Amino acid sequence: MADLAPIASGHGLRFVAGGRTLVAGASLALRPGSTTILIGPNGAGKSTLLKLMTGELKPAGGEILLDGAALHTIPAWRLACQRAVMAQHAKLAFPFTVYEVVRLGVDGVGRALPRQRRETLVGECLAAAGVVELVGRNYQTLSGGEQQRVQFARVLCQLEAGRSVAESQALFLDEPIASLDLCHQLALLDMARGIAARGVAVLVVLHDINLALTYADRLVVMDRGEIVAQGEPSATLDDALLRNVFKVDLSLSRAPAAGLPFLLPQQHRPSAA
Amino acid sequence: MTLAARPAGTMAASSLASFAASRRRQAVLAVASVTLLCLLLTIVAIGQGAFTIAPGRVAEILGTRLFGDAAELQGRDALVVLNIRLPRVLLGLLVGAALAVSGALMQGLFRNPLADPGLVGVSAGAGLAAATTIVLGDRFLASAAMKLPFAVLPLGAFCGGLVSTLTLYLIATRQGRTSVATMLLAGVALGALAASLTGLLAFLSDDRQLRDLTFWSMGSLGGASWTKLVVIAPIVLPLLVAVPLLARGLNGLMLGEAEAYHLGIPVQRIKALAILLVAVSVGASVAAAGVIGFVGIVVPHLIRLAIGPDHRLLLPLSALGGATLLVGADIVARLIVAPAELPIGIVTAAIGAPFFLWLLLRRASTLDG
Repeated sequence: MADLAPIASGHGLRFVAGGRTLVAGASLALRPGSTTILIGPNGAGKSTLLKLMTGELKPAGGEILLDGAALHTIPAWRLACQRAVMAQHAKLAFPFTVYEVVRLGVDGVGRALPRQRRETLVGECLAAAGVVELVGRNYQTLSGGEQQRVQFARVLCQLEAGRSVAESQALFLDEPIASLDLCHQLALLDMARGIAARGVAVLVVLHDINLALTYADRLVVMDRGEIVAQGEPSATLDDALLRNVFKVDLSLSRAPAAGLPFLLPQQHRPSAA
Repeated sequence: MTLAARPAGTMAASSLASFAASRRRQAVLAVASVTLLCLLLTIVAIGQGAFTIAPGRVAEILGTRLFGDAAELQGRDALVVLNIRLPRVLLGLLVGAALAVSGALMQGLFRNPLADPGLVGVSAGAGLAAATTIVLGDRFLASAAMKLPFAVLPLGAFCGGLVSTLTLYLIATRQGRTSVATMLLAGVALGALAASLTGLLAFLSDDRQLRDLTFWSMGSLGGASWTKLVVIAPIVLPLLVAVPLLARGLNGLMLGEAEAYHLGIPVQRIKALAILLVAVSVGASVAAAGVIGFVGIVVPHLIRLAIGPDHRLLLPLSALGGATLLVGADIVARLIVAPAELPIGIVTAAIGAPFFLWLLLRRASTLDG
């Protein structure tokens, strides 16, 4: 996989806000078919890096390429066909129904599609994200987890609609499972990997190190605005990194069956120091 | 398609279909009933007044004018209908539509159901500019022995509307987030400032100008004439036609500016266009009928209750609903103290202010956005 040309890549990205450097010289490449998971402590700059990669924020230095073109030269509509983004929290100002929220994903990007196709697409994405039964509900009255699943359905919809326009696509998910129960956490990450398997480059910001180790093809660790380690998950994370970056004195174990690394917080002892 | 990890079961598919069908039914019902009400009130409004004409006779006169031989239209009935009532009702339809649509646009722009051009000082700003044009324009142009052309007023009111909308937006929006509390408070301050300056102008003005100013500040369709319509209609009608182009963008904006950008919506262009349309339509309607409040908040809210917040239907239906409400309010304004008439702004405020309070009680949380 690593030899494929990246769909999205950032080179030496810097971002400064209010005199503080939030991202300092980060470089990363998102390749087709690969799920990259970005972890790091609070305030490490994960979300900022993701926002730089999606074009929401403009970097103070460095450049971002999407499918070979400089990100800021791509018109908004074309960009929306090439990448979909699920942000951390999406509040709605008006009582839109779940159906209308998901349809937003196809309204702009899929305007060239026949109406019938757009409607079935919305139905398919509602079903894929497991929110069909919420279809007529007011989005504002849903629980946080339900809202997150609906937003995921919307993002799926945009990605599917954009596929008719753009061959190579990227998907960005910023803490997509923060409000989900375990069953839906796993289901959503399974789907993200499924999307990657179709050739999409996927970037996910996660907090759960175990899930990150389980689902990542490539793990990226950030600390204080810098990427401190990246690569194949089991080779990237070690006890020293956990201690230095995450400030926890824990050691990784190996799951008996697949040999995957995992972490038990039960080992944690309040530090004597 | 490989996407459906969990295929839609028959129950899910049927719930989807029944949802779509019920939404369509609601929409058709809403469009039909508002259209019917609008036509009905239009006919009644043309017939009612100091001199009552039966609805049947009104329809007959209008029919003859449109399809028959216009030369047959002699007599008092035809004169009243065609030269006095019809321009007034048409002006009411136009101004009502413009006000309701600009309310809906502003609510979309600020992502809050409480935004309204009357409430947040945009109308007051347009009114101040109109007052300035009346008082100072007369004063400076009088020596040149020129009559102030009516077209200058909409232009002045438009500039006033634009300046106040922009000021409001700049004050209330920081880093792409619009604070609603700031918006409402800044709107109150802007409105008060505009009102005090309008008061100063009233102090400076002569008797005739003072009467004109009173008319601007309370709103009335009384000054309607075909000449006025000819100036206002070419400004407002193209706007009403252009507004649906914004619907998709405004829908996306409901998720937030960043999300709208991710969806491929040209956010800055949509916002600029919405501000411009609000300023132009409020400016034109203030110039034609003075400051009429609350139409922009009552109508879009009722439409949202009936068919949901999708702007593709909300914007055109708001136009229709606003036209209906203003023509209805004008009937009340003309009948309640007949043969005199009440300024229409008083009628809409009497309907709208309690409605606004009810809205606040129902959704106290919307202020904290």
